[in-house]
Amino acid sequence: MGIAAQRQLNQVFGYIGMALLVLLIGLPLLWLVSGSMKTNAEYFTADPTFIPNAIHFENFAKAWVQGNFGYYYINSIATTLLGAGAEVIMAVTTAYALVFLRVPGRNFFFVMLLVALMVPEQVVIIPNFLTVAEMGLLVTQSGDLTAAEYLRGWLAVVLPGASIAFGTFLLRQYFRTIPNDLVDAAKVDGANHWTTLMNVVVPVATPAIATTALLSFTAKWNEYLWPLIVTFVDQLRTLPIALRRMLDAEGNADWGVVMAAAILIVLPVIFVFLYAQRYVVDGLASGAVKG
Amino acid sequence: MKLRGKGFRRDWRDWLWFLLFAGPNLALFVVFTYYPLARNFVLTLQDYNPILGEGTWVGLSNYVDVLQKDTQMARIFQNTLVFTVAAVSLILLLGLGCALLLNQKLRFRNGVRSLLFSPAVLAGSAVGVIWLYILDHRFGLIFQILKLVGITSPRWLLDPQWAMIALIIVYVWKNVGYATVIYIAGLQAIPADLYEAARVDGAGAMQRFRNITLPGLSPVTFFLGVTSVLNSFQAFDMINVLTRGGPVNSTNVLVYRLYEQGFTEIQNYGRASVVATILFVIMFIVTLIQLRTLERRVTYA
Repeated sequence: MGIAAQRQLNQVFGYIGMALLVLLIGLPLLWLVSGSMKTNAEYFTADPTFIPNAIHFENFAKAWVQGNFGYYYINSIATTLLGAGAEVIMAVTTAYALVFLRVPGRNFFFVMLLVALMVPEQVVIIPNFLTVAEMGLLVTQSGDLTAAEYLRGWLAVVLPGASIAFGTFLLRQYFRTIPNDLVDAAKVDGANHWTTLMNVVVPVATPAIATTALLSFTAKWNEYLWPLIVTFVDQLRTLPIALRRMLDAEGNADWGVVMAAAILIVLPVIFVFLYAQRYVVDGLASGAVKG
Repeated sequence: MKLRGKGFRRDWRDWLWFLLFAGPNLALFVVFTYYPLARNFVLTLQDYNPILGEGTWVGLSNYVDVLQKDTQMARIFQNTLVFTVAAVSLILLLGLGCALLLNQKLRFRNGVRSLLFSPAVLAGSAVGVIWLYILDHRFGLIFQILKLVGITSPRWLLDPQWAMIALIIVYVWKNVGYATVIYIAGLQAIPADLYEAARVDGAGAMQRFRNITLPGLSPVTFFLGVTSVLNSFQAFDMINVLTRGGPVNSTNVLVYRLYEQGFTEIQNYGRASVVATILFVIMFIVTLIQLRTLERRVTYA
């Protein structure tokens, strides 16, 4: 076989492989969308349809109103903004400190960070639960909550996960590629470290910071185990927990609504991801390849 | 050029800046990572009363309870091992395969890459819900496809024989795109002239793959291996949505047991913290083993 024919054969196999991948990943997602628009009658049939007989958007309205998803959205947005915001700010400042502040012993702090990277949240979940309880952050009484109680509830969800090891690590890698001259020049001009950070380092490192922000955002939005154990009242639950409880309540009763709720949860992430996936993918990849 | 010689005064000021910049992050690590690691160990030696907020010392009896008296523990260890080994090897192998495919110059490959990566950013709970519907043996997508070829669908999540397999499928489906993306970056980081030189020396495609691609990818494989193993030990959300560790503990893994012991009706912090300690020790050992073997491979490649 000639080289050209071989190459063409490879191309054919390549496209077949890609088509297979599209089916394997795409079909389950389409099945979700299709399920969210079905009535229960259409779900419970031995001869399921891929495209619903009639499109039923009322499942979304039901999830939003009867399922109280409006509340849960507020909780998810609040905890995500607080948690991801804290993470991004601290990742930027910590990485700056580790790279540009040449204080003795800073390597000790870097090692401290690396070790923390290896301690998963689950391992320390019991003592952290006790700590958060001892700090008085757990809200257990139901009924209308005051603003202070909302804040306490959100803090309970956010605080233990607010420190950031991976993002700091990622940004440290990136900051190390910034020429020292750039930072030193700012210092000679009389800038302090805060203005150097904001005016020199942050503008140069925007793509890496965007990556960190996106990773934090997704992680917080999707977080499951910790919010599950520290939210005791319905008013404080975040979306993933609400989805699980909806499954308990509706279970076999109203699948279309559960599917619609699942879509409501993944939609913001999908939008952000479509808009900025380059940052996520490139950032993750650079962390892996250069790390 | 470094601004040296200003001596102590500058050091002292830099320390303040360091504290200001890195202090909050490091303080949170002390309070919510290092301190709880120690406290978790203390809890394993206590019978903790959450209402009084104090524990009585019970020696090693929590360890005995978990490791000897708990008849389900052997099953849970086995499940954890099966899940991690199967899920991680599938993710690495399929991820590499997809990366080799999508690294070719094909049209639409960026679109396919995005689609493949997309499940990785979705909430595990939502992915669980999607697959509950897909795996339903009476109405689901797989049932429908199997019916076309005349096979009866297994009762996936209701059958102890199939539940773990179903869980692994869902987990791999969600995470393979991440491995693919990292592997693609790894492939693109291998210098093209290496392949050119090998071709000039008459090396075939298989030889080039074994002698250039695989060794070139070993740092990436190291990174992916460690992160995938660590992640697989933490696969809680999908289990909680899909199976709750059942049926009859067939999908109960260490992290789920930890939750069951600590945060369901059982609420036994002593035993739960023993499970947490086991989880930590295993993860630590795995990291060390992987570090050593991969170090060897990287060096001799």
